[in-house]
Amino acid sequence: MKLALTEDQRLIKDSAVTLWKDKGAVRRLRSLRDTGDATGFSRELWAELAGLGWLGLPFPEEHGGVGLGVTELCLVLEEAGRTLAPEPLLATTLLAGSALLLGDSDAARSAWLPGLIAGDVVGTLAWQERARRDDDPPSCAALATPAGDGAVMLHGSKREVVAGVQADLVIVAAQHSETRELGLWAVPGDAAGLLRTPLSRIDHFPCARVELDGVRLSEDARLGGAALLASALDRATIGLAAEALGAMSAAFELTLGWLRERRQFGVPIGSFQALQHRAARLYIDLELCRSAVMAAARTADQPRVSAAVLGQAASLAAARTLDTFLRVADEAVQLHGGVGMTDEHDIGFYLKRARVVASTFGDAAWHRDRWARLAGY
Amino acid sequence: MADLETFRAEVRAWLEERAPASLRGRPGDIFHGTWGGRRPDFETPDHERWLAMMAERGWTAPTWPREYGGGGLSREQNAVLQSELRRLRMPAPLIGFGLVMIGPTLLEFGSEEQKREHLPPIVRGEIRWCQGYSEPGSGSDLASLQLSAVADGDRFILNGQKIWTSYADASDWIFCLVRTDPGAKKQSGISFILVDMATPGVTTRPIKLISGASPFCEVFFDDVPALARDVVGGLNNGWTVAKALLRHERTMVGEIFARSVIGGERELLGLARTAIGPAEGRLWDPLVRDRIVQSAMDERAFMLTVQRIQDAARAGQSPGAESSILKVYGTELNQRRRELAVEIAGADGLGWEGAGYDPDALARTRDWLRSRGNTIEGGTTEIQLNIIAKHVLGLPDGGAR
Ligand SMILES: Cc1cc2nc3c(=O)[nH]c(=O)nc-3n(C[C@H](O)[C@H](O)[C@H](O)COP(=O)(O)OP(=O)(O)OC[C@H]3O[C@@H](n4cnc5c(N)ncnc54)[C@H](O)[C@@H]3O)c2cc1C
Repeated sequence: MKLALTEDQRLIKDSAVTLWKDKGAVRRLRSLRDTGDATGFSRELWAELAGLGWLGLPFPEEHGGVGLGVTELCLVLEEAGRTLAPEPLLATTLLAGSALLLGDSDAARSAWLPGLIAGDVVGTLAWQERARRDDDPPSCAALATPAGDGAVMLHGSKREVVAGVQADLVIVAAQHSETRELGLWAVPGDAAGLLRTPLSRIDHFPCARVELDGVRLSEDARLGGAALLASALDRATIGLAAEALGAMSAAFELTLGWLRERRQFGVPIGSFQALQHRAARLYIDLELCRSAVMAAARTADQPRVSAAVLGQAASLAAARTLDTFLRVADEAVQLHGGVGMTDEHDIGFYLKRARVVASTFGDAAWHRDRWARLAGY
Repeated sequence: MADLETFRAEVRAWLEERAPASLRGRPGDIFHGTWGGRRPDFETPDHERWLAMMAERGWTAPTWPREYGGGGLSREQNAVLQSELRRLRMPAPLIGFGLVMIGPTLLEFGSEEQKREHLPPIVRGEIRWCQGYSEPGSGSDLASLQLSAVADGDRFILNGQKIWTSYADASDWIFCLVRTDPGAKKQSGISFILVDMATPGVTTRPIKLISGASPFCEVFFDDVPALARDVVGGLNNGWTVAKALLRHERTMVGEIFARSVIGGERELLGLARTAIGPAEGRLWDPLVRDRIVQSAMDERAFMLTVQRIQDAARAGQSPGAESSILKVYGTELNQRRRELAVEIAGADGLGWEGAGYDPDALARTRDWLRSRGNTIEGGTTEIQLNIIAKHVLGLPDGGAR
């Protein structure tokens, strides 16, 4: 495992940097929010991402993918994170995409994956029912009840489903009413009995509550069980850590710029040692986050990686980035002074996003606890 | 790659055959090991044999060139050697400031003559070195140092004092920063000079630490004649040499503290299991558990950062000011771990000496006390943060310097 970028990875990173810079950074999210855009992200940009092949980065060529890995996708996610891009890249590729790719249903894979890679299918995973991530696998009251011929009917309710309204494919976690086994089911966005209500959250990324009121599915819509859910969540956690890394880097750079520019007492405030030391400490923590994220992405790309190894790598990346992102964002607002509290300034968007990221796939304490469980204590 | 595997096989066979059985499984760390020198203090005869057989192959300084007694290994070969040593959990054959501070500095700045004279005895563990930087009035503001060196033909006459000189009383030579041009700007009048501590006029006086040990000393210079040919890197150019050496020192300090197995996840967990006990297989106290995980995660993230810095350097992508990052984080990590080890032990961690306390617990408590110095020695944490703010983050200079 090499923790340096290859030439090809550098090229991907560079084009991701350019792409998002050209799109106008946080201004884009702000205007989506201010115009009350119903989609909540840019379909045009989505098509562009597909055109660049980025929706297919972590999928093998035999399924129409680019044949690279989570490592390369994370480079793109990091840059998306920098500008707080609300496109459901992570949900589509690492939540839904991982479940399709690693699941056991060939039928579902060939039905959905090519469209997902081509940009025609926005995908997501509806797993969360409680406010906090609790057990591992997460507790699940949603039920899959046999309806004859191997078919099932899904009943239940899920919250905080990323792009839940926009998704063409909602993969749902539900417990079998008889075997009590957890299953992941591929539900088409237009399925009868699937009700989706948008949630307006502080970060203004698209999100929804999803109700399943008797959604009928055939047998081959079942992708896998608890192990599949765990690996999809771990891969997505790593992607989220990469996104957070980009976002906190951007918030940090904004703050450094302000430290150099803002003058008080006749000098730049960045010349005050009390502030310099706080900035230097954030920088060190950021560098440690970067190492943890790079290592986690490469771990996910290792062939036949064990669930425990992947879990520890993901939890390390998560625990570090979630905490650090919050700290960077808090400090960023503080060091901006009054202007940092205004809606007009971008820095507040980062703070709100940090809060959402911190309880998306479990908070930092949850990830530390899981690390201990995986290590046998 | 095939070459590396051949090399590994050869190293493994050699170690399996020759590494003293009594030392296997006793890895040690930077403060506990064989320091060598004119008055060597070998823990056992096997430690002496181990040093001799490794030094013969140059494997006490594996990457130094062969012509100076080193092993002439590539970085990759050295990584193989180190992993084979870890496999047997062997102690380092030799530790000390010769290997990690003055040696690399001489390789970078020394004349051919200086390298030939000083490097081979370091490799063989015959000369033990100490670092004469700090003075009573010059710590963080090192460039204000006063120890005077006045030219006298092909010699300099040294007068003044150093302080906090680690292991000065057990060392044979000292590398010293001295003022050779009192009229110049403070950084420009300094030279880096090597002094044999057996020279008349050099005296040392030990200072006791809060841990009870006295590893460091005051060093006094009274009309000490030093040779002009022992100036390294040119007259009045000592500041450049001194800073380069500090970078080696900081990288080394940071890396080594983090790599040390003492205070790692396994040790902390073992202590906690004894002191607190499990419930349903898990550590009973969730707060202690969380702190152990934090420490383990800090350590993992830190080691990954060390690796990333090395990988990036090899790929020509240097993140910059690495040594300061490693110094700040590695030393604080070490302090947190040692603190936690003592805290977990409760009253068992409060013993100073004697029967009534487990000897390992006594050692852990002393180590915790010693670790408080990690964020001071080698340039304080605050000074490292200044360096990062200024040289990496490009923040403006202010009055508070
Ligand atoms: C265990 C140990 C071993 C050592 N071994 C050696 C050795 O072998 N050889 C050697 O030469 N020296 C050695 N030292 C000395 C060490 O390098 C100095 O102690 C260190 O550089 C600090 O200098 P000082 O003690 O004079 O503290 P000071 O410089 O007086 O610092 C006091 C406090 O002020 C802070 N401070 C100072 N300047 C600034 C600034 N500009 N901005 C913000 N804060 C500042 C410091 O961070 C510190 O907290 C050793 C020290 C210790 C503790």
